[in-house]
Amino acid sequence: MKQLTIYEKMTLALFRGKITRMVTFICLGLWSLTTIYPLFWVVNNSLKPSHQVINDSFSVATNPTLTNYLNAFEQVDIGQSYLNSFIMSGGTVLLTLLVGGLAAYVLARFRFRLRGLLQTVLVASLLIPAFATVVPVFGMLKDLQLLNTYWALIIPHTAGFLPFTILVLSSYMATIPKDLEEAAIMDGCSRFAIFWRIMLPVSRPAFITASIFVFLWSYNDLFSALIFVPQEDVRPINVLLTTVSSQYGTDYGLLAAAVTLTLIPVIVLYSVAQKYVIKGLTSGAVKG
Amino acid sequence: MHKGDRGVIFFFLLPAVLLTGVFLYYPFIHSIIKSFYYSDGMFINRFVGIENYIRLAQDEVVKIATLNTLEMMLYAVIFQVGLGIVLALLVDSIRFGKNFFRSVFFFPVAISATAIGLMFTLFYNYDNGMLNQLLVRFGFEKVVWMTEETSLLAVAVPVIWQYVGFYFVIILTAISKIPDDFYEAAQLEGITGLQKTIYITLPLIWGDVKTSILLAITGALKVFELVYVISSGGPANSSEVLGTYMYQKTFTGQAFGYGATIAVWIVILGLLFSVIANRLLKKEEITY
Repeated sequence: MKQLTIYEKMTLALFRGKITRMVTFICLGLWSLTTIYPLFWVVNNSLKPSHQVINDSFSVATNPTLTNYLNAFEQVDIGQSYLNSFIMSGGTVLLTLLVGGLAAYVLARFRFRLRGLLQTVLVASLLIPAFATVVPVFGMLKDLQLLNTYWALIIPHTAGFLPFTILVLSSYMATIPKDLEEAAIMDGCSRFAIFWRIMLPVSRPAFITASIFVFLWSYNDLFSALIFVPQEDVRPINVLLTTVSSQYGTDYGLLAAAVTLTLIPVIVLYSVAQKYVIKGLTSGAVKG
Repeated sequence: MHKGDRGVIFFFLLPAVLLTGVFLYYPFIHSIIKSFYYSDGMFINRFVGIENYIRLAQDEVVKIATLNTLEMMLYAVIFQVGLGIVLALLVDSIRFGKNFFRSVFFFPVAISATAIGLMFTLFYNYDNGMLNQLLVRFGFEKVVWMTEETSLLAVAVPVIWQYVGFYFVIILTAISKIPDDFYEAAQLEGITGLQKTIYITLPLIWGDVKTSILLAITGALKVFELVYVISSGGPANSSEVLGTYMYQKTFTGQAFGYGATIAVWIVILGLLFSVIANRLLKKEEITY
C-alpha cells in the first residue's frame, strides 16, 4: 500500500472514527426533528382547548379534548369538504388511469406514424404550468356551466395529470413480454379484453404508483380548486382551510384540528404506499 | 399489425387526445393568444396587440414578483438541492436507520402545501405564535415576523423545507446505484473519506444533480400555495411571486388578458432558465 500523507491519515482516522459517526447522526437527527416536530406540535395542539394553545403551545396535551374536532365538523362542516375532496380526487384518479391506461397500451404496443410525435408532445406538456391554462379553461367551464360542480375540478385535473400517467404506464408496459397477449389474440380475445384482463393486472405496480401521485397532486392542489370550485357545497378541503384561516384566525385549536384532519388521509396513504411513491419518483424524475 | 389494429389505435387514443387536446393544449395556445387581448372574462374581449406586454414591462409589482421568484429559484437550487445532496451523502454513509430517515425526510413532499402554509402562519403569528412564545419563554421581546424586509424569507423557509426530501431521495437513489467496484478500486488507491466523495461520488451522480437543479428551477416558478396562504404576497407586495400575482390580477382584478400575459411570462422564464442552466451545467456525463 502506498505511503499516506498526514492529511490523508487524518481524514482516514476522522472518517473511520466515532466522532464522524456521531456528528452524522446528530445532523440527520436535527433534520428529522424539523420535519417531525412541527407535525407533532400541530397534532398536539389540536387536542388542547384554544386558550391553552395561546398560553402554552409546547406542553404535551395531558387532558386531550376533541372539542376542536367537534367544532371542525359542526361549525365549519369539514365533513362535506372531505367528501368533496374524495369524490373529486378519486374521480380524477379513476378517469386518469382508465383514459391514460388505454393510451399507454397503444403507445407501448403499436408502431404507427404519429407515435414519435405523440411522445414528444407528452414530454413537452410536463412543462406547462397550471397558470398557463387556467384562464381559457375557466372560460370554457363557465360556458359549459360546469363551474362549481365536481366536473370543474375532475376534468382539468385529469387533463393535466394525463401526460405524466401515460408516460409512467407506457414505459412500464413496454417492459412486459408479449407472449401472453399473443396467446390471447390466438384465442380470439378483443384488444379491450386484453387490456382489461391482461395488461391491467400485470402492470399493477405502475398503476398503483401513478394513482398515488395523481391522488396526492389532486388532493393537495389549491390553485385550480380556488378558481373552479370555490363554492361552499363543492369546495375541497384545501379551499376550506384557507377560509377557516381567514374566518377563525384566532381559534388556534380549531386551526390545528383542521390542519390535522387535512393531513390524515395523506399520512395514512403515505405510510401504506411509501414504497410506490419512492419508486415512482426514482423511475422517472417527476414533480407536481 | 393485426386486422383492425388501426381502429384499436384510434379508439384507445381518442379519449386521451380529446381530454388533453381540449383542456390542456388548446388552453395553453389560447392563453398565448389571449395575452394579446383585453378581456374582463365577461363581455369585453378586444384585441390590443402588445399593450399587455408593455404594461407587464412597466408594472412595478411584476418587477418585484419576478425578482422574488428568481430569489426563490436561487434558494431552491442552493438549499433544496444542496441540503438534499448533503443529507443523501450522510444517510448513505450510515449502516442502519436508512429507511427511517428516508421516510421522515420525504414525507413533507407528500403533504398539502396549504396545510403547511396554515401551520407556518401559526408559527409566525405575532400574538402567541409558536416562535414568539418561544422567544417570550426565553425572556426576549416578541418579533414581528412578517415585515416588508422579512416576508419573502418567511415564505421561502417552508418552500425549501418541504422539498429538500424530494431531492434527497433522487440523489440517494443515484448514489446507491454506483457499483461497488468504483469504491473498491478507490480504496486500493488509498482514496477515502471526503476525497472519495469529491472525486468519485459527486462526478458519478452529476447527471442526477443536474436533473434536480432543473426541477428546482421549474418548481420555483410554480410556487403558489405557500405564499397565498402565509402572506398573500404581502405586506405591500413584498413577498409577491409571479404565481400569486397572476392569480390576483386575473381572478380578483378581473384582468383576464393581462393574467394570461403574466402566465406567458412565467413560461418564458421557465424555458429561459432551463436553457441557461442546461448550458452552464454541461459536462461530460459518466456512464457506467
